[in-house]
Amino acid sequence: MDMNEIKEIFFQECEEQLAELESGLLKLNDGDRDPETVNAVFRAVHSIKGGAGAFGLDDLVAFAHVFETTLDCVRSNKLDPSPDVLKVMLKSADVLADLTNAARDGGSVDESRSRALVKELEALANGQAPSPSALAEAPAPAAPAPAPKAAAPAPTDESGFQPIPFTFDDEPTEELAVDKPLFEVIFKPRSDLYAKGNDAALLLRDLSRIGDMTVFCNTDSVPTLDKLDPEAAYFQWVISIGTDKGEEGIRTVFEFAEWDCDLQVKPLEEAVVNEDQPMVPVPFDLSVLDDEPAPAAAPQPAQSAAAETVAAAQTASQVMEAVNTAISAKAERAEKKESPAAAAAAAAAANAGGAAAGVAQTIRVDLDRVDRLINLVGELVINQAMLSQSVIENDNNGGASSINMGLEELQQLTREIQDSVMAIRAQPVKPVFQRMSRIVREIADMTGKSIRLITEGENTEVDKTVIDKLAEPLTHMIRNAVDHGVETPEKRAAIGKNPEGTVRLTAKHRSGRILIELADDGAGINRERVRQKAIDKELISPDANLSDEEIDNLIFLPGFSTAEKLSDISGRGVGMDVVKRSIQALGGRINISSKPGHGSVFTMSLPLTLAVLDGMVVTVAGQTLVVPQTAIVETLQPEAQNIHSFGANQRLISIRNSFCPLVDVGRILNFRATQANPVDGVALLVESEGGGQRALMVDAIQGQRQVVIKSLEANYTHVPGIAAATILGDGRVALILDVDAVVAASRGQSLKPEMAYASAG
Amino acid sequence: MSYTAKTLLQGSRELIAFRIGDQEFCVNIMSVREIRGWTPATALPHSPGYMMGVINLRGAVLPILDLSARLGMKPAEPTARHVIIVAQVRTKVVGLLVDAVSDILTVTDENIQPTPEVSSDLERQFARGILAIEKRMICLIELEALFSETESEAA
Repeated sequence: MDMNEIKEIFFQECEEQLAELESGLLKLNDGDRDPETVNAVFRAVHSIKGGAGAFGLDDLVAFAHVFETTLDCVRSNKLDPSPDVLKVMLKSADVLADLTNAARDGGSVDESRSRALVKELEALANGQAPSPSALAEAPAPAAPAPAPKAAAPAPTDESGFQPIPFTFDDEPTEELAVDKPLFEVIFKPRSDLYAKGNDAALLLRDLSRIGDMTVFCNTDSVPTLDKLDPEAAYFQWVISIGTDKGEEGIRTVFEFAEWDCDLQVKPLEEAVVNEDQPMVPVPFDLSVLDDEPAPAAAPQPAQSAAAETVAAAQTASQVMEAVNTAISAKAERAEKKESPAAAAAAAAAANAGGAAAGVAQTIRVDLDRVDRLINLVGELVINQAMLSQSVIENDNNGGASSINMGLEELQQLTREIQDSVMAIRAQPVKPVFQRMSRIVREIADMTGKSIRLITEGENTEVDKTVIDKLAEPLTHMIRNAVDHGVETPEKRAAIGKNPEGTVRLTAKHRSGRILIELADDGAGINRERVRQKAIDKELISPDANLSDEEIDNLIFLPGFSTAEKLSDISGRGVGMDVVKRSIQALGGRINISSKPGHGSVFTMSLPLTLAVLDGMVVTVAGQTLVVPQTAIVETLQPEAQNIHSFGANQRLISIRNSFCPLVDVGRILNFRATQANPVDGVALLVESEGGGQRALMVDAIQGQRQVVIKSLEANYTHVPGIAAATILGDGRVALILDVDAVVAASRGQSLKPEMAYASAG
Repeated sequence: MSYTAKTLLQGSRELIAFRIGDQEFCVNIMSVREIRGWTPATALPHSPGYMMGVINLRGAVLPILDLSARLGMKPAEPTARHVIIVAQVRTKVVGLLVDAVSDILTVTDENIQPTPEVSSDLERQFARGILAIEKRMICLIELEALFSETESEAA
């Protein structure tokens, strides 16, 4: 593992820490006063600082340090986490994220912003900080904020996390005074200590940094050479040290060796004992360390490269364990999952958790490997289907042969394997949701609104590809909700609403899909204005008779933007049509319902995965096609009396007294030269873009099945009207219909134009 | 074959020769992944005439090009005796429908004669030279040229 890889791990951890940080701060913002939440927040910042120190990312360290100092005040109850304080902290978390990104990808951050925040943070920390003398004692801004009892050794819970100093590690030695309290330390490593890559010499060196010491090595227990176990530990050191860091300071040095050595620390002076007594480690803090080993201190730059590697690797695994414990614990509590994939994931998490006594074991795996596995399983499913089909064709035993039984079991197994493999890619939507809270904050700030974002179901799991592609449309919608949806505080107060607006982001599973709802309690859609605008832009005719729902859906039309003045935030020329298209590109649908005066609700329904799809297998002009199930509203058998000719070659079908254009799929795809007789076929009523319905004519329905989506673009190019391909049980390729493109084509638009968004493979 | 055995010179390269109708062509063996029998293809809507459709190649969707039609000759009527040359062209894998694969040739650059000036566009576009081997004339085809054209036309 080279340095870059370690650094990459560090940044991955940073992302996790930042997420932890933000969720912790938000919990505090909601009134959570659990000390563990504060600790989690503190740990997150501390770990980032530690790692950043090891890689010499000074900007990051400096900022994280100030942040940490302020957080420490909160932790030691010197600073009340009031909403104002948390606002600064949330902003700081954003800046920390920016700094991390800048450190990773290069680029710069808004210096003035971070400087201003540093000032604010320092002001907060100093607000109730102790005497100036104590401050002066602290070297530079890079030292932990001295507690009120600054003269005494650091308070316990802080010292538990005290990093091995890396920026100013020589300074304390300079300040050494002769009259520091003396301690006797008896340190006897066990062989485990060495086995874990620690080194007694390094520990002693670190110890020497916090005070003046004399070391005596007791070699009494060293056996004669013939009995000597080369891997055992025999030495015992007796150290007398004068330090003002107290017993805790000494124990901190041995923090990571604590369980692998016998350590006795006792003060040599009576007076010191008294002073130290209240500071004896409170079980609380140590228990925290037991559960989640502090995501610790930076490896000392001076240490050998090997030691660094070990330390970094340990940090990585510890942090991951900690994070995942938290996640899996929440996942178990989360609502019952409906999808098999999610259920499998939850079960897997639960199993793993149980096996490791509550700690979920995780590994990081290259996404390519997972994708390869998923592809292979896809092959397996297809092969299994082909095998079943050929067995059934050659079966003259009435389906009772042992081959048939075996095949059925195989089928179940493959289905299970497929579900489990899909579950590997499934991720909670949490990271995306957390990003949204930042966006809400920033836009609320810019617009002078006060907005509260409530997220629910953030542990709902969905395929990683879906998550990755979700962020953009969601960001846009959140912007819209905050900028256009929620009114200004004054306006809200005037109409008797809570001046603080609420935006609610919810995710849940529903019938094999994920449902994401974005609700605001703003003004709702101004239908009159939307309608007028649509007329002005010639999107609808002035005398069009539209239902409320249809008017609401007008905002999804291209080129529609209702904001009267184009603000910096939304209305950058991309509108809700882009949102809609990106949702559709994911095989999803979006709907809006709005109540004037009470707000709007956007509902997105997305597939859980982009790898498989539930489809209806149909025959069109001798070709087998798959129509995505999600697009189909109903199927019907047209009767001659319901078919009405309309113009030269258009036909309408009347369904419960409304007329719906009939679209011959075979004709649109150019599979046949003339339109087929609708009475001979089946009509699929589909819903498409803009909410309009069309009846798609196919020759026959073969059945429904889950199909594995195969890309056509991989070896060919995009085919108009076709979303992707799949392989059916007989081993032949079947094309998956792009319903929206076909419907658009039926409206007279050519099937040829850009359809980058239409591809699902 | 005899010719193959004769030459193992440095700087030589291997070509796969195949037959379409009564003509012989060849392509660089390095781009050929495998050769397989014909299986019925699923037609693609709105595709050029030489595009036979797609088949399932162990889970991948493989487009099949009727090389005869692509080269401007009469469209093939595929039978079980036809073969598909699976070739890698840049990042994509395509299948070329031909009548039969006839030979593997090892040639050096000296064996390849420049394409004669003819009026046909297609010949000029794809042909990269001709070989005279045992009184046969074999035309060397550049697959990249074949494919970039397919792509831009179909897109």
